[in-house]
Amino acid sequence: MLKINNLHASVEDKPILRGINLHVKPGEVHAIMGPNGSGKSTLASVIAGKEEYEVDQGEIVLEDEDLEELSAEERAHKGVFLSFQYPVEIPGVSVTNFMKTAINETRKAKGLEDMPANEMLKLIREKSELLEIDRKFLSRSLNEGFSGGEKKRNEIFQMAMLEPKLAILDETDSGLDIDALRIVANGVNKLRSKDNAVVVITHYQRLLDYIVPDYVHVLYNGRIVKSGPAALAHELEAKGYDWIKEEVNA
Amino acid sequence: MELKEKLVSSFMAFEDTVDVDLPVHDIRLDAIKAFEAEGFPNKKQEAWKYTSLNSILKNDFSVFPKETGALDYKDVKQYFIHDIDSYKIIFVDGKYSSHLSATTHDGIDVCLMSAALNKPKYKLVIDNYFNKIATKDGFSSLNTAFSAEGAYIHIPKNKVVEKPIQIIHFSTGNEAAIMLQPRNLIVVDENSHVQIIERHQSLTDNPTLTNSVTEIFANKRAIVDYYKIQNNRQSASLIDSTFVNQKQESLAKVHTFSFGGKLTRNNLNFYQNGERIDSTMKGITIIGDKQHVDHNTLVHHIEPNCESHQDYKGIFDANSTGVFNGKVVVEKEAQKTNAFQANNNILISDKATINTKPQLEIFADDVKCSHGCTIGQLDESAMFYLRSRGIPEKEARGLLMYAFSNNVLDSVKIPEIKNRITKLIAQKLGVNIGFDL
Repeated sequence: MLKINNLHASVEDKPILRGINLHVKPGEVHAIMGPNGSGKSTLASVIAGKEEYEVDQGEIVLEDEDLEELSAEERAHKGVFLSFQYPVEIPGVSVTNFMKTAINETRKAKGLEDMPANEMLKLIREKSELLEIDRKFLSRSLNEGFSGGEKKRNEIFQMAMLEPKLAILDETDSGLDIDALRIVANGVNKLRSKDNAVVVITHYQRLLDYIVPDYVHVLYNGRIVKSGPAALAHELEAKGYDWIKEEVNA
Repeated sequence: MELKEKLVSSFMAFEDTVDVDLPVHDIRLDAIKAFEAEGFPNKKQEAWKYTSLNSILKNDFSVFPKETGALDYKDVKQYFIHDIDSYKIIFVDGKYSSHLSATTHDGIDVCLMSAALNKPKYKLVIDNYFNKIATKDGFSSLNTAFSAEGAYIHIPKNKVVEKPIQIIHFSTGNEAAIMLQPRNLIVVDENSHVQIIERHQSLTDNPTLTNSVTEIFANKRAIVDYYKIQNNRQSASLIDSTFVNQKQESLAKVHTFSFGGKLTRNNLNFYQNGERIDSTMKGITIIGDKQHVDHNTLVHHIEPNCESHQDYKGIFDANSTGVFNGKVVVEKEAQKTNAFQANNNILISDKATINTKPQLEIFADDVKCSHGCTIGQLDESAMFYLRSRGIPEKEARGLLMYAFSNNVLDSVKIPEIKNRITKLIAQKLGVNIGFDL
C-alpha cells in the first residue's frame, strides 16, 4: 500500500529525514517510535503533503502512485489521512458542517454528487456512536474550546467519517486520559480492515497496548535505525532510547 | 465649478423647494454657512489622513435629481431582505417611492423625514431631536443644509416592534452623476425595541456619492439593533455619519458589513448619557480591487458603569485599502467603565493596505479598557489541516476567512440577515462554503 524509499526531506534547508525506508501492506499496523526531534512528526507531515517540507530525494508511493506532485488535498482524496497532534480551531464551523464539506469535496474530486443529507446524517450518527461522541458535541465549532481529549477523539471521528486507506496517527495518545485512550484505540481498531493500514506515531508504548502493531520502528536522527515486532515497544518502554543511540553511534 | 461652490450656489434653488418659514430652516441656514466655512475634509486633517476624496469630488454631480421613473419590485427584490415581513422606507434617486415602501402610523411612526419636518404633529419630536447630536463637520453640515428627505422613525415607549424596518436608497443612473443627501432620524422611547436595516444601492455604473446622516436616540432601556449592508457597485461612494445618543440602561448595536463601493467612510459615534449603557459596534469588511473602506468610530463614556464593545474584522485583497480609527473617550465621572476594542485584519495581497489606529483618552482611574489590533496572513498550519481533510486550497482559504470573520455574526439577531451576510461573505471570498447555517 505505502512504499517509502530512501526519503530525504528538509525544512528551510535543514535536513530532517535522511533516508527513510518503510513499506506498509494493507491490513497492517506500523508503530513509529523515537526520541524527541528524531523526525516522527515531520515524516507524518511529509506523507500528508505539507508544503513547507521539501522532499530532496526518494519517493513516497501509495498504491503504485508517486505522491510527490500531489497537493495535500489530492493525497486526502487518494485516501491519506493524518490525525494531527495539534488540531486547529475553526470558530463558526461546526464539526458536522466541517465533515460535510470535507466529505463532499472528496466526492467532488472523484466526480461524485454530494452525499444525500439523510445518508450523511446516518453516517454521522453511526460514527459518532463508535467513538462515544455526544450529539451536542457535533454542533460545536470545530476544536474551539475542546479539551485535549476531545480534540483527539474528534480527529479519530474524522478518520472514521473519511474512511482512509492509510491513516497516520501523530501522537494521538498525548493528552488523553486512560478512558479516552481506550475509546480512541477502540475506535481505531474497529476501523481496521484488510484493505487499510495504520501508522501510529507515539512516544510511549501505552497506546500500543490497545492498538497492537505488527511492526515497531525506531526513528532516530531522521532514519529508521531499528525495526521489530510489538515486543520492541515494551523493550523501549523498559530501557528507554539510550541503548539505541549507543548502538547507532557506535 | 468645484463641487463645493456648486453646492453652495445650489442652496438658493434648494430653498425654493422647501418651506423656509419653518424653524428647521434656520438650522439649514446655519449649516450651509458652516459648510461654506469648513468645506470638504482633506488629508491634512488627522481624521482624514488615510482617506483621499480627490477622485470622488472631481465628478460633476448633479445635486437636484430629476423626477425619476418607477422601479419594479421584481427588478430590485434582490436588494431587500425579502424573506422576512418588514416595514420599508424606500427612496429612488432621493425621492420617496410609495409603491416600494410599506410605512406605518399604527402606534409607531415609520415614515418620511419630509413629512416629519413639515407636519405640526411631529413638531415636538423634531424640536427635541433633529440635528441635536450630528456634528458640525463639513459633510454633516452639508447634509443638514440640504436635509429634506430620509427615514423618520419614532417608536413611543413600551413597544417592541417585531418587524424589522428596511431603509433602502436606490440610484437609477438617470443622471450622469448624482449626489444624494439622505437624512434619517430615529427616536426610540423608553423600553422600546427596534431593528433597522439600511442599504444604499446604485443600479448602474454612473457615479453616485451619498452623504448620509443618521441620528439615533435610544432612550431609557431602549434596544436598538442597526444593520448597515454596504455592498454597492464600485461606481458608488458613501459617506455615512451615524450618531447614537443613549440614555440609561439602553442597548444599541450597530453592525456594518462593508463589501462593496468605491470609497466608504463610516463615521460612527456613540454618546453615553446615562448609567449602565451598553454600546456595541461590529463590522466585517471584505474588499478587493481598488476599494477603500474607512471606519472612524467614537465612543464617548460620559457616565459611570457603562460598557462598549467594538469588534471589526477586515479582509483586504488586491489594491484595496482599509482604515480603522477607533476612539474611546472615558470622562473622569465615567468610573467602572468597561471598554473593549478589537480590530483584526488579514491582507491577502501584497498590495493591500490597512491603517489601524486605536485612540484611547481615559480620564477616569477605575476602568477596564482594552484594545488590540492585528494584521496578518492566514495561518499556514490551519491551511494544511483543512487541506489534509480533502478541502481544496481555495475553499480552505475561504473557510478560514469565514471562520475569521464569524464571531462578528454571533450578535446578529435576525437569521435571514445572518444567512444573507454569510452568503455574501462566501461570494466575496469566491468559495462555496458548502453548507447553510
